[in-house]
Amino acid sequence: MTAQIKVEHVSKVFKTPGDDVVALRDINLEIPRGQFVCLLGPSGCGKSTLLNAVAGFSLPSSGRIMVDGATITDTGPDRGMVFQEYALFPWMTVAQNIAFGLKIKNAPKAQIDAKVAELLETLKLTEFRDRYPKDLSGGMRQRVAIARILALDSPIMLMDEPFGALDALTRRSLQDELLKIWEEHKKTILFVTHSIEESIYLADRIIVLTYRPGTVKRDVLVDIPRPRDPSAAGFNALKRELAELVMEEQQRHQQAELRGLTTD
Amino acid sequence: MNKGTLSRAARGLWVPLLIVALWQGAAVAGWLNPQILPSPWQVLQRWYAYLMPMEAYDPAQGSYAKWLVSGELIHDAIGTLYRVIVGFLVGAVLALPLGLLMGASKRVYGWFNPLIQVLRPIPPIAFIPLSILWFGLGNAPAIFLIALGAFFPVLMNTIAGVRQVDSIYLRAARNLGAGQSTLFVKVILPAATPYIFSGARIGVGTAFIVVIVSEMIAVNNGLGFRILEAREYFWSDKIIAGMLTIGILGLAIDTAMNALNNHLLRWHRGLEH
Repeated sequence: MTAQIKVEHVSKVFKTPGDDVVALRDINLEIPRGQFVCLLGPSGCGKSTLLNAVAGFSLPSSGRIMVDGATITDTGPDRGMVFQEYALFPWMTVAQNIAFGLKIKNAPKAQIDAKVAELLETLKLTEFRDRYPKDLSGGMRQRVAIARILALDSPIMLMDEPFGALDALTRRSLQDELLKIWEEHKKTILFVTHSIEESIYLADRIIVLTYRPGTVKRDVLVDIPRPRDPSAAGFNALKRELAELVMEEQQRHQQAELRGLTTD
Repeated sequence: MNKGTLSRAARGLWVPLLIVALWQGAAVAGWLNPQILPSPWQVLQRWYAYLMPMEAYDPAQGSYAKWLVSGELIHDAIGTLYRVIVGFLVGAVLALPLGLLMGASKRVYGWFNPLIQVLRPIPPIAFIPLSILWFGLGNAPAIFLIALGAFFPVLMNTIAGVRQVDSIYLRAARNLGAGQSTLFVKVILPAATPYIFSGARIGVGTAFIVVIVSEMIAVNNGLGFRILEAREYFWSDKIIAGMLTIGILGLAIDTAMNALNNHLLRWHRGLEH
């Protein structure tokens, strides 16, 4: 079986006035269709950089990323992105936000209306269809952002710490809804998080990245059956193992910050 | 309207009422020269005469409603309002596309910015001699000056509005498949509207200042013309009546702009309804 997303020798260097920051170094990944993958690591490990490279917002300095055999050169609706900051258009209502991608594609109005109605139902947003984003809670906004991507039927969903700003209960219910959507629509999901528990709760596979330069530290398959119980023994064993790996990188991050302070 | 608003409005009435009472008292006591400062009552009478039709109602001339609005004040107010609206629209319609281009493109900004920085500090009033040379007398030079007054606030705010558009909206829209033109029309333009509207509001304010000045020079009706004309005849009561009309019209325009803003920007965070 060939991979849907192929990351080949990808490096990313950010030029800064002082010295160059190597955010990613020689990343190689193959992600098969339908896999739920979490990118895990402390701040500064390049997980968002990798996601932005797959999204096509910021192309790699070297190496290449291929989707279904074609090298990525730009962003596009085949890789729908959900941002931590929601990025809903505040001047559009909930329904207009969801319809935006289909309108760009010049889909027939009847088809847009039907799709929007269906997604409003799926994400429990029907009562809010004519509200503006400013009147919605964080959880609601993120549902709209997910619906906006689903409207385009993107085979790949990219999620950049989408639930990072939500309270624990909202976060859990959105995680469950996301899993349901993923199972129903057979999406490939690339999900960035720094929450170990979130990654184990959601993913088929967790990729732990190292702190600067970002490389793959560990590639773990999670074979705990769903629905997963965060208090179960297997869950906790994996959590302990991953915590150790992430904390090593977190310490390198802290040391680097301290060095930065002393050299200033 | 609830009790709070009423009592607040009542509180705001005390000071003007007191001033008018003192003023009337001073006039009755004979301390004021009515040629220089007429009494409030005299102003009010003159205002009423200015507002009402000059001739008695004659059914042969047309309907009663038409007769009722045939007063000089109504004509002047309509003339002034017409110039403000046309002048503002001309200025804003020219400023908007240029501002969008200058905000979106560094190159276009580089071409136009030095010229604009030199022209912008010149008050529209300084263009009066040229405007009369170019357009003669009448509405044309007035509208030119008003358009000029409205142009710069709308332009500067449009540029600022386009520049402050959060790049995350652009990324999200491109991710959803938006091309350059969709990005411009559906994302950059609406995201910039709060800035553009506050520029429009400043522009209308400037237009209103310029209209009064240009009416004093280029035309022979309108509120600005009327108060200057009243001075020729030493009608100080009519001058004050005209000034108060200008104040009320300005307030009405600003209130209408504000209501329009609140409606069109109802999606905007931090707006009180």
